[in-house]
Amino acid sequence: MSLGPFGLAFELIASGDPELMQIIGLSLRVTLTAVAIGCALGLPLGAALALARFPGRSVVVVVFNALMGLPPVVAGLAIYLLLSRSGPLGPLGLLFTPTAMVLAQTILILPIVISLTRSVIEVLWDEYQEQFRSLGSGRIRAVPTLLWDGRFSLLTGVLAGFGRASAEVGAILIVGGNIAGHTRTMTTAITLETSRGNLGLAVALGIILLGLTLSFNALAFGASGWARRVAG
Amino acid sequence: MKTFRALFGAAALALAAIPGAAADFITVASTTSTENSGLFGHILPIFTEKTGIEVHVVAQGTGQALETGRRGDADVVFVHARPAEETFVAEGWGVQRFDVMYNDFVLVGPEEDPAGARAAADAPAALAAVAAAGAPFASRGDDSGTHQAEKALWAAAGVTPGGEWYHETGSGMGATLNVAAEIPAYSLTDRGTWISFQNRGDLDIVFEGDPALFNPYGVILVNPEKHPTVKAEAGQAFIDWLVSPEGQAAIAEFKIDGQQLFFPDASGS
Amino acid sequence: MRAEPSILPLDISGLGYARNGTRLLGGVTLRVRPNRRLIVLGPNGAGKSLLLRLCHGLIEPTEGHVLWALPELASRRQAMVFQKPVMLRRSTRGNLEAALALAGLPRPARRSRSAAAIERFGLAPLATRPARLLSGGEQQRLAMARAWSLRPEVLFLDEPCAQLDPGATRSIEAMIGEFSREGMTIVMTTHDLGQARRLAEDIVFLDRGRLVESGPAETFFREPASEEARAFLAGNLLW
Repeated sequence: MSLGPFGLAFELIASGDPELMQIIGLSLRVTLTAVAIGCALGLPLGAALALARFPGRSVVVVVFNALMGLPPVVAGLAIYLLLSRSGPLGPLGLLFTPTAMVLAQTILILPIVISLTRSVIEVLWDEYQEQFRSLGSGRIRAVPTLLWDGRFSLLTGVLAGFGRASAEVGAILIVGGNIAGHTRTMTTAITLETSRGNLGLAVALGIILLGLTLSFNALAFGASGWARRVAG
Repeated sequence: MKTFRALFGAAALALAAIPGAAADFITVASTTSTENSGLFGHILPIFTEKTGIEVHVVAQGTGQALETGRRGDADVVFVHARPAEETFVAEGWGVQRFDVMYNDFVLVGPEEDPAGARAAADAPAALAAVAAAGAPFASRGDDSGTHQAEKALWAAAGVTPGGEWYHETGSGMGATLNVAAEIPAYSLTDRGTWISFQNRGDLDIVFEGDPALFNPYGVILVNPEKHPTVKAEAGQAFIDWLVSPEGQAAIAEFKIDGQQLFFPDASGS
Repeated sequence: MRAEPSILPLDISGLGYARNGTRLLGGVTLRVRPNRRLIVLGPNGAGKSLLLRLCHGLIEPTEGHVLWALPELASRRQAMVFQKPVMLRRSTRGNLEAALALAGLPRPARRSRSAAAIERFGLAPLATRPARLLSGGEQQRLAMARAWSLRPEVLFLDEPCAQLDPGATRSIEAMIGEFSREGMTIVMTTHDLGQARRLAEDIVFLDRGRLVESGPAETFFREPASEEARAFLAGNLLW
């Protein structure tokens, strides 16, 4: 019984426990979907913010920078009130579903992706803008090219978003409800096991989560290093 | 631009692939004490097997669980704070309250019992001893059923708790017990959570058995007239099963380390 | 060589530019005629690069006008090569195709033109190499190829050889000669007198933000009209 947390973590994985696999699967699906949506929206928006000049732009920049520190529980509460049957989007019946969790995490990721994209694209645009304007390209046509050329730096922003989403518990606990077999993820399971006093199991789950996060980052780092050697 | 369109498409697909509102399930807002004890893990598969209805349990404090019902975000509430439950029904948010089961509260504290609570005549006297000794006490402080029971006991003891020795955690039962084990402090907990709680440290039961520590659980269908989205039929089927002989037997069967955690109590309805 | 009507001549009148109250260039009036090699000559800080950027439309003048014969076609029919080439974070071929995409060309045209540029400028061995890892000379060759692939009628070059060794300089000058023979109009800045002598058909001589004199290169080098030009040609420091 005196299995340390590392031993327990290993045993849990080796056992292939279907409940654990389901929890890991849901965690990855929710987080990766949120990251995908966050990037699909955040990369173009961040680039647009880097290139656009309009009154109040600096206010928008500051607001997005500040939102990077948005407390997850506040985001969760806002989404909860929005999706609750008594809220404006109540008829959709999305509260306590994985979709609600994706939405909450997307809200948390978006400011990170937007702000980091903005700063990366601003630096690139500084370097490229004379050449691009010489080619007759407007700012809008330049966006895809800038995003592609900033891909290695942007990857850091995407990974930061992934990190925030995969580590987050406050928002998904509120909007997902931590329902066993339905909306229970790694982080909400850790919270539950902690409150059950199963500290060993909680730490073991934490080790598995860290292992997953580490693997993802290593994968991204390796892929970007390889691509950098190939494409400069 | 093609790349962006492809990205959006992929995101939409991934979103659609996540199971959303499945066909046949109900949402039950319940308390951390029932969820943490593992009771639902034992009884829900039996119910689902029989009826085909899945039960999604959202474990919250009693206060939050009743609020979830009030907002229409659950079909059934399953909690333990009788006066609050009766208000919930009286205000029309719930249809009718059914007795389901009870467990009891126990006062846990450091094994050496510095306040001498073990010697008390009844539960309020035990708490009064803790207060008189200024011994550390960890309270839920979250308006949960357990917290409400604790407040009623302080009132009966004629003590207004507060000061250096009184720690309000503002969190669930398990988290509060983790704090109590760390200090170590006295704390009021339901027996179910206590039996299944692993991280006890120096804590032990120092007072139990007073009828004032009786902790009844009630189950209530959220009123479909207030919230038309409530799945009244399936929700009522769950309630009917809980109070049926079969459901009651399932509750009585649930044991941890040979100890029964909850005692069926549906005779009243 | 081209069937379309020419965007030239380019008429510049009273052109000037001031920033934060400092006048960096003023009162420049000149005409750029078709199929000529015009060299903008002068010491550092004379305003040569600024004049080029104003002509190319990268900077809006604060006084005077830049008037093309066919203004509506002008922006599509000119290209520019910078002193420090801007290399995108892609391969050599990727740089060519990205530039053509940014210029608004459809995909098939991008493919065929980049292939033609790789062929003509001998870039095949470098085609898949990351452009930012090429040598300075190779990068400037790619920049020339990139500009050429746009099929410009007018090519602006801003000190294209300032950071190159003699070998690379010679190859860039050879390309400029070929472009010119094929009918392209060249407007190029340099502070290198030798290079001006080798390439110029027309000279514009700038000093401290003013146009000091302009005219056929032969006349300029034989009998410069101004004190400043005489001093510059003699190799003296102007200030």
